[in-house]
Amino acid sequence: MTATDVQIKPMTLNFGPQHPAAHGVLRLVLEMDGEVVERADPHIGLLHRGTEKLIEYKTYLQAIPYFDRLDYVSPMNQEHAFALATEKLLGIEPPKRGQYVRVMFCELTRIANHLLNIATFALDVGAMTPILWAFEERERVMEFYERVCGARLHAAYFRPGGVHQDLPAGLVDDIKAFCARFPQHIDHLENLLTDNRIFRQRTVDIGIVSPEEAMDWGFSGPMLRGSGIAWDLRKAQPYDVYDELDFQIPVGKTGDCFARYLVRIEEMRQSIAIIEQCLEKLPEGPVMIESTKVSPPNRAEMKRSMEALIHHFKLYTEGYHVPPGETYTAVEAPKGEFAVFLVSDGSNKPYRCKIRAPGFVHLSAMDQLCRGHMLADSVAILGSMDIVFGEVDR
Amino acid sequence: MTAALPPALQDLADYVTMAAGEIVAEVESIRGELIVWTRTERVLDLLTQLRDDQNLLFKQLLDITAVDYPDRQHRFEVVYNLLSLKHNQRIRVKLAVEEEAVVPSAAGVFSSAIWLEREVWDLFGIFFGEHPDLRRILTDYGFEGHPLRKDFPLTGYVEVRYDEEQKRVVYEPVKLTQEFRTFDFASPWEGMQGILPGDEKAVAEAESGTAEGKA
Repeated sequence: MTATDVQIKPMTLNFGPQHPAAHGVLRLVLEMDGEVVERADPHIGLLHRGTEKLIEYKTYLQAIPYFDRLDYVSPMNQEHAFALATEKLLGIEPPKRGQYVRVMFCELTRIANHLLNIATFALDVGAMTPILWAFEERERVMEFYERVCGARLHAAYFRPGGVHQDLPAGLVDDIKAFCARFPQHIDHLENLLTDNRIFRQRTVDIGIVSPEEAMDWGFSGPMLRGSGIAWDLRKAQPYDVYDELDFQIPVGKTGDCFARYLVRIEEMRQSIAIIEQCLEKLPEGPVMIESTKVSPPNRAEMKRSMEALIHHFKLYTEGYHVPPGETYTAVEAPKGEFAVFLVSDGSNKPYRCKIRAPGFVHLSAMDQLCRGHMLADSVAILGSMDIVFGEVDR
Repeated sequence: MTAALPPALQDLADYVTMAAGEIVAEVESIRGELIVWTRTERVLDLLTQLRDDQNLLFKQLLDITAVDYPDRQHRFEVVYNLLSLKHNQRIRVKLAVEEEAVVPSAAGVFSSAIWLEREVWDLFGIFFGEHPDLRRILTDYGFEGHPLRKDFPLTGYVEVRYDEEQKRVVYEPVKLTQEFRTFDFASPWEGMQGILPGDEKAVAEAESGTAEGKA
């Protein structure tokens, strides 16, 4: 046997499902040629909870909390998609104040999401400090969550018809103070990462996505904008009050991991601008549509009015009936286009609720992106995709 | 049904009908969203046309899903959601398929279809012909059945636990410690249907009563 006859079988490497850089429960089966990835086969579904099936057995209101548990680092954006879809089928529109509060909290969520993503991405490629700094700020956003709905993570705050309750006293001022201070923290993060030689070596020219590839693979959000396509649903197909607000859409040039990081950093700055405008324009009035068939009566009324009591009881047991129809309603979640395909048969439960998770589609291109890269780069690519398994596995 | 469309969408609907010709079976709109029905064997032609036509350019296939209607002859609706970045339009392509039907795979037209079709296969059991890699995706290794079908029970058939004696995870038939409860809250709250819940019993009793009386 001569040296040329030697056949080296590619080594198969199991990455995860228990691995800190797997961002949850990804099992990645890698076929390696030395240290170069020849094929990446992601095995998902380890966190599959059958959300879509469960929603078919719940009323529209009971379905809301399931959306918090999909992408658990940006819960409110997903509630938003479901609330908008249900509103579209019901043919109702929430009052202006409710819409502003929703947009404001969507952007706070975007900040919380990007903070987590950038920090863990940096951790994956070797930077320890950003995660400590970013989580401190993230905790402040969580505090706003807690003050507005009582829960730090699983908010269940957005409802079809508006939001569940009005902002508590003093919250507006505190969010204002947060907005004034936060850009400085982005600068601190950028100081650590943007010009950092190690960070650049690990991310620049890694996992390049061309604009054509990005479209072919159905990418959305920062994955699409990082490749130079200026597309944002908040601008292109505005929902709620996004068309009344002034903000920019950052676009990357190179389509690599570094471009996606830069897009996220700039999106946080734009989110601050949006929140400030929301606070400025926040109108007075109700936050929830005043229809006894969709929104619960207030407590004081329930003590005196039998009618109100009946409505409250029926709303929380039977729920409301949604006219037959179907809709595909999408929002620009921090990770990309998050959409709900909702089919109603006229009863009080959705007939079918398909959840279109951006992470699922992004992860499907993992093989394409990792091929020919080093093993360590696959971690960087995964980090820059912003994968959360709650939404990928559903 | 196309009457309610906004003008831009109406133009799109007219153009699709004209350009795609007999590939399109029917065009309808529900709540201002355009839906194009096609036949199983022509779906790839339609998707390719939607992607490449300069006036359409639906370059992104965002989602493939299905809806199960067990009572219909063509049991499943397969739903493709497309987006045109260029023209800022959405379109939904639909086809009705039978349980044993083979739908041609769109993986050659859109790469994103590979996983989306795997998901539909896994959860609904709709087979996609000439798919490069049609494995299950979300359910467990060795899972049987297709969970999103309406005749699949919510609780499933098997449950898993770690067996201390065998030192491994074991699969067992589902045992519910408490009966699975679905309360029917639907009541005459909104719009009386003419008959109150429970009334049908009274009617049945009255009928059997008269029958006995005659005997």
